Amino acid sequence: MSECYDFAIIGAGPAGMAAAITAAELGLRTAVLDEQEAPGGQIYRAIERVTQNHPRRLAILGDDYAAGLALVRAFRACSADYLPGSTVWQVEQPLGILYSARGKSRRLRSRRTLIATGAMERPMPLAGWTLPGVMTAGAAQIALKSAGAVPQGRVVLVGCGPLLLLLAWQLLQADVRVCAIVDTSTSGARRRAARHLPSALMAPGHVGKGLRYIRMLREAGIPMLNHVENVQLNGKERVQEVVVTHGGKDERLGADVVLLHQGLVPNANLGWALRCEHGWNEAQRCFVPRTDAWGLASLDEFQFAGDCAGIGGAHAAEQTGRLAALEAAHRLARIDRAERDARARAPLGALRRHRRIRPLLEALYRPGDRYVAPEQDDVIVCRCEEASAGDIRRTVALGCPGPNQMKAFVRCGMGPCQGRMCGLTVTELMAAARNVAPGDIGYYRIRPPIKPLALGELAALELE
Amino acid sequence: MFASLPDAAGPQVAVTVDGKTVAVPPGASVAAALLLAGAVPSRTTAVSAAPRAPYCMMGVCFECLVEIDGVAERQACMVTAAEGMRVRRTPRSSSIERS
Ligand code: FES
Repeated sequence: MSECYDFAIIGAGPAGMAAAITAAELGLRTAVLDEQEAPGGQIYRAIERVTQNHPRRLAILGDDYAAGLALVRAFRACSADYLPGSTVWQVEQPLGILYSARGKSRRLRSRRTLIATGAMERPMPLAGWTLPGVMTAGAAQIALKSAGAVPQGRVVLVGCGPLLLLLAWQLLQADVRVCAIVDTSTSGARRRAARHLPSALMAPGHVGKGLRYIRMLREAGIPMLNHVENVQLNGKERVQEVVVTHGGKDERLGADVVLLHQGLVPNANLGWALRCEHGWNEAQRCFVPRTDAWGLASLDEFQFAGDCAGIGGAHAAEQTGRLAALEAAHRLARIDRAERDARARAPLGALRRHRRIRPLLEALYRPGDRYVAPEQDDVIVCRCEEASAGDIRRTVALGCPGPNQMKAFVRCGMGPCQGRMCGLTVTELMAAARNVAPGDIGYYRIRPPIKPLALGELAALELE
Repeated sequence: MFASLPDAAGPQVAVTVDGKTVAVPPGASVAAALLLAGAVPSRTTAVSAAPRAPYCMMGVCFECLVEIDGVAERQACMVTAAEGMRVRRTPRSSSIERS
């Protein structure tokens, strides 16, 4: 028989690490499974190696990145079993958590499970977004953090959101001057965001930092194109130019690398595959799992923490991880309600402070309609199967009410990414075409395994 | 398409991409090696033979599929480059297990 943990945590980003530290402290037998080879999640990726060997890279990445080391160290020091290089592909009671590590499928049992799988970037289906040379802003950050690699040639940033500005600033520190930042946020966003400013100013440090990045980019003379009406990417074997329409005119920017970003959304396939209930979050323009304040999902033995439960940023993620671990300990009768509540006071307070920035960010960087649901019929929506926006709209005309009926007509969402790159776009497109709320359209039915498996791996799974 | 920061100097890991040797810093993924080597496009699609390259670098898009040490269709961004690894861009990479 394989041993049974009290608490299994999937993901070793800020939420997963904080949850593990708290759970281990409370005496829960805890395991942490993570796809990466080192802890930190995408936000603190490679932090140990960079701190130790690459002082320049550390300076380029900035203080917020460097600050992650303390949490990673505390995580390394805690008694939780850490299983790096472990890709979870199915969670099923009573079988447990099925994952592959080093080419073999394995299984782990736990009484409770925390999903802390973080965020991914919202798909940004522009004309030409499948061209080589077009990547996400986060991808460029990962290349910088883990390989010290920076984009070369003419680099253009397209989209909106704090991460785009942060990346522009980081690249500037690395002596890579981006040619332009093309801002696709909705017009009037600043006006709508303004009322959230007083609350945002109460969130520790966030607003000042954002303004500092913008000022430094301005002073460096990085052009920012605001209020653009359309963006198209052209090229043959690789991207060659960005065509920006503003004021009714086209401007052509030569480009070798184009980095896209329009906010983060939960990396949610595991929760969907488990059939946890989800709801549409209009402010974040994405589905989030239904949870209570402790991250409890609609299915009793599962919890969510961090950005996969709704985007809140790294600091908030850390606090939600702590709260989830406290609730797990309570449910496992390790602490009583009074102790849970007493221990929750500090993380709850910190969480409230960090969340004050969100309404401002959500209003300021709300992605524009045409960038989440492309108007041109020929824009590719499903990168795997090359289904277009027009293909999806045609299925609505045929009477398809939602994504799962649509799949009967178009091979969309059926490729290896399992709809991660097209799911939200399909929901938004169908909602717009049918003139109903995205929440009523719903999302793909995701089936395990949530990551493709080599056949040999499955055979190697030892079932006792 | 990408270049190493000067501070990436120090011990490097040598892999081959289509037979050409590429030195990358330890910890770099095979996808990062493709970007540093300029081995882009890194595949073409099964549907229309359209050129593609790594897009997300974090395991979600499946655009980075290449052959690594003889095993086809591996996610290059999820594999850490190791000394002597042989990476091949597949001219026509199909989707994994079309069902
Ligand atoms: S680049 Fe997206 S999965 Fe590898």
